[in-house]
Amino acid sequence: MKKSSGETPLMTSEQILKGLRNRDPRGIARAISLVEENDPLADEILASLDDSLVDQAMVLGITGPPGAGKSTLTDRIISSYRSREKRVGVIAIDPSSPISGGAILGDRIRMMGHSLDQDVVVRSMATRGRLGGLCAAAGAAVRILAGSGCSVIIIETVGVGQSEMDIIRLADITALVLAPGLGDDIQAMKAGLLEVADILVVNKADCAGADTLAMDMESIARERGGKDNDYTKVCKTVASEGKGVDNLLGAIETVDASHRESGERRTRRKKAYDLEVLDWALEMIRPSIVEKIEKSDIERKGDPRLWAAKLLEQT
Amino acid sequence: MTVQKKHRVLIGKPGLDGHDRGAKFIARALRDAGFEVVYTGIRRTPEEIAAAAVQEDVSAVGLSSLSGAHMTLFPAVVGALKNSGAGDIPVLGGGVIPDEDIGPLKDAGIKEVFTPGTPVEQIIAFFRTACEAQEGPRT
Repeated sequence: MKKSSGETPLMTSEQILKGLRNRDPRGIARAISLVEENDPLADEILASLDDSLVDQAMVLGITGPPGAGKSTLTDRIISSYRSREKRVGVIAIDPSSPISGGAILGDRIRMMGHSLDQDVVVRSMATRGRLGGLCAAAGAAVRILAGSGCSVIIIETVGVGQSEMDIIRLADITALVLAPGLGDDIQAMKAGLLEVADILVVNKADCAGADTLAMDMESIARERGGKDNDYTKVCKTVASEGKGVDNLLGAIETVDASHRESGERRTRRKKAYDLEVLDWALEMIRPSIVEKIEKSDIERKGDPRLWAAKLLEQT
Repeated sequence: MTVQKKHRVLIGKPGLDGHDRGAKFIARALRDAGFEVVYTGIRRTPEEIAAAAVQEDVSAVGLSSLSGAHMTLFPAVVGALKNSGAGDIPVLGGGVIPDEDIGPLKDAGIKEVFTPGTPVEQIIAFFRTACEAQEGPRT
């Protein structure tokens, strides 16, 4: 908790919730921090969020390898939604150092043009040891942003490789952003993100190799596509110049409308809910298992897997 | 439950000065000391830095200036934070700053001023102390 010495001390969950309702940037920021720190107050705040706002918000995932242009594209997507008068929340995730636990959170640099806009709420978060491209508190942060009136919430993942797919769960729609020059078409044949992203984006489309990449992506999208033609279109963008962004927004809207109509959106959210419950449940029992391991007097020999089974049997 | 305690700080450069070597050096040093560092880059207005500090819920703001405009810009950030209802967030500054400016900067609300001779350990220690004071005892 912050000390009460500040000008706007946010001591109680009531004050923070009031801040959320009033769209007070400090209240929103504090609420996210409390969740991130597993503060006991976080439960109270999360329990009191307006579910209908959370239900209505569209959660858009932006993922892709480092340097593909995710932050710059996110900046442009924010602008487009702002011109449509949507209130936008952004969660920008960068990796924590496995050595120091520290992090440089630098996604915001590309979005500073929006910093004085009261209806753009950007929060940078570090992975804090979590693999999979997100941080543990990302889901709760999304709901807090929704609870503070953001109707579009963009999650920018860490720069991903091939298997960081947590974003697929959390987002209603996921755009995979690629750029030319990061690998040949064999990379694109591999299983993983390419199979599950809703929209494929080739950014830096003005650079050499972009057309070939877009063709490769299109053939992949066609192969897996099937019923919905919109999935098979690859969006080409030059985020630094804002080119192709309106087209991308159109694709997002089409997919969103189709998911809402088909019930896909509800199905995904239900699945995501269960999986997040599982994550938290595991997180909550972790300390007791750690304690058991430390205190166990079972002889430490043999395969760790067998030992783990014995440990669990002990209770 | 595991409780994660991390100091979050913002490092930014107000004004037109584009020399960010010092700011990046401090950002990396803080990262290596376990801080989460929101880096806002060069050529920011005091208002942009204040708004980012509020949204990011940082416990301290570090400013860098090598252009000689610190007497105007550093206090302007303190003022912008106050206007955002976040006057409690401590502001530290560093860069090419003449000794005679340090006193007036502190009078203007800058908690500490670092110059090119300040050892990095001392800077980190000061950020840590400032963060701990700001965060208070956490539950």
